[in-house]
Amino acid sequence: MLSITAKLKNGLAKTKAGLLGNLNQIISKTRRIDENTLAELEEMLILSDLGADTAEQIIAQLREKCKLEAMLEPDEIIRVLKELLIKFLSSSPQARTDFSQYKPFVISIVGVNGTGKTTTIGKLAHKFSGQGHKVMLAAADTFRAAAIDQLGEWAARSGVDMIKPQIGADPASVAFDAVNAAIARNVDILLVDTAGRLHTKVNLMAELEKINRVLGRQLTNAPHETLLVMDATTGQNGLTQAKQFARAVKVSGIVLTKLDGTAKGGIVFSIFRELGIPVKYIGLGEKLDDLEEFDAGLFVEALLQ
Amino acid sequence: MFQELTEKFDAVIRTLKGYGKLSDKNIADSMREIRRVLLEADVNYLVAKNFIADVQQRAIGQEVLKSITPGQLVVKIIHDELKKLMGDKDSRLNFSNRIPGAIMLTGLQGSGKTTFAGKLALHLRKKGRNPLLVAADIYRPAAIEQLKVVGKSINIATYSEESQDPVTICKNAVQYARQNMKDTIILDTAGRLHIDDELMHELENIKAVVNPDEILFVADGMTGQDAVNTAKAFVERLDFTGIVLTKMDGDARGGAALSIRAVTHKPIKFLSVGEKLDQLEIFYPDRMASRILGMGDVVSFVEKAQESFDAEKAARLEQKIFHQDFTLADFLEQLQQIKKMGPLQDLLAMIPGMQNRAMKGIQVDDNALIRVEAIINSMTLKERRLPNVMNASRRKRVAQGSGTSVQDVNKVLNQFEMMRKMMKMMKKGGKMKLGIPGMPSGF
Repeated sequence: MLSITAKLKNGLAKTKAGLLGNLNQIISKTRRIDENTLAELEEMLILSDLGADTAEQIIAQLREKCKLEAMLEPDEIIRVLKELLIKFLSSSPQARTDFSQYKPFVISIVGVNGTGKTTTIGKLAHKFSGQGHKVMLAAADTFRAAAIDQLGEWAARSGVDMIKPQIGADPASVAFDAVNAAIARNVDILLVDTAGRLHTKVNLMAELEKINRVLGRQLTNAPHETLLVMDATTGQNGLTQAKQFARAVKVSGIVLTKLDGTAKGGIVFSIFRELGIPVKYIGLGEKLDDLEEFDAGLFVEALLQ
Repeated sequence: MFQELTEKFDAVIRTLKGYGKLSDKNIADSMREIRRVLLEADVNYLVAKNFIADVQQRAIGQEVLKSITPGQLVVKIIHDELKKLMGDKDSRLNFSNRIPGAIMLTGLQGSGKTTFAGKLALHLRKKGRNPLLVAADIYRPAAIEQLKVVGKSINIATYSEESQDPVTICKNAVQYARQNMKDTIILDTAGRLHIDDELMHELENIKAVVNPDEILFVADGMTGQDAVNTAKAFVERLDFTGIVLTKMDGDARGGAALSIRAVTHKPIKFLSVGEKLDQLEIFYPDRMASRILGMGDVVSFVEKAQESFDAEKAARLEQKIFHQDFTLADFLEQLQQIKKMGPLQDLLAMIPGMQNRAMKGIQVDDNALIRVEAIINSMTLKERRLPNVMNASRRKRVAQGSGTSVQDVNKVLNQFEMMRKMMKMMKKGGKMKLGIPGMPSGF
């Protein structure tokens, strides 16, 4: 199996360097750091979907540091930029989730259409059951055609149980049944798959609130984790998405998917800055083990490749 | 859709219009602001840069400074360039005479190909074709099943087979279509990354075997800067013929539309705006440019209004308003005309100036119209003519008859009363131009 870095870089290496000069190109072009260099770095951050505001802010900090430390060496500036980016992404090192706090520990998976929620659940199920937890899936996406079958396939692949509802059943009732089943079967972690929904659809967001409310009524503090699945290709609208989902349900983390492509997912910087929601996992492909815990250092490394 | 982008442009343009004469400097300032607007809208950095350079070149200098209304001219230039960037003409699907005609759908994972396949099939059937959906995604679990369910829901046949080779599936589908009198096949290929050489090669093979009339690149309307990388790779390998933007019913600013268009020079053919299979729009760059600039989609709106409004009825209404005998019956008629024009939210978005400020965040509930209609329908003719007779017991009866509450009935009556008062005031204020009968407010 390729290492995470290798996988991340794999995608990035294949990007045509034509469009943007990568970091090394930018830096090696000039032996002295000047405003042009900073402007090019800013451009690179914008091209990574950090957004004009965030990019400007980071470059402003970098400029300050350059002045302060009279730092003009290319190697220095790369190091400082990396530090700034990492700091921007996580204020403190993340503690690992303690699944034993609750039994069953309920994780609800939400997001807009087509970001990879069902695939992510398949991978999470595989990961958790590999760690020795008893995992169960709840197919609460009763809307999209064949979503239940799709989840069923993942359940089979990772060898975990799944609560299979009728098509068109009320998702909240599916969640309700799933919790009961999870308790009865002594399950450690229950993963709830919800239908993709655009954050602008008021009714659908209300439905999501209802699912979480039903979960909370059955089990203290459930869902214990709500993960927003976001496609790394998402642009600046990602921030609005995160805001709206966080308003409806308590989003505790982000799963950034499709990082095996050429998109860099820079929107997560703005999301963390504005909403304080950290990235917890990253998706790197379509196989069962293509999911990794988020590491800010590696992520920034890949971003600057 | 494009709303926030439109808002921002709105702000920039208002500033511009405020200026008497444009100097090189204040054009430059505005251009910086527009660059930012474009970046926030996810227009690719380089595309935005070129756009700005083009506009600036045309804006600064003689042309603008000598004109009487420089602000208007800049708006026009921005509008023109934006239009140019998105394609100069509207594009339809082109079919050869060969049977079956073939449309191949390609794109990244999760861009919405399968849902779009269903929409396209429905669209083509309405156009008199007899489409067949072809399930060529053998990779994603239950993808074939998903297409089958989609097809079944709109009563369109789906071709699938056990084969583990999408190229063979597509080849056989052509045969199958010929034997079964299907004149169009829609190939739903698996989502894939543009850097996955093997899978991109598979698409090239499908193209070679089927030789489709149209190859559409289906892209998520929320895509950010990476849109250009993906689009470039797909166009280089497949030379696709058109672009489809999906999830355009969200509030993404849709800059990807501009980016993809700019790097591929292929026309945008459709916008997909919802999960219901009849929610498909043909893309009109001209209208979209107007919309982005905050002029509203005047063309669409006028056309829609013309379609649904009966000129005679409108004239009669105008008369009634002048003579102050506007009754609930007229109110009902008006509501029914508005309803004919389509979902209110869509209509509002087309009206100039509606994108911003006051309308922001207002959720228009089409059901409210239905309720109001039910309430008025439950009244006697006399009550509709003379709403003043509505006492408590009549209100109760109407509420029961319409399946609403007395509060709802009160609300309608109050709103109607307010409308009447407003009309009275308008009459006092002098002449009133009634292009489109006033929309009831406050629903």
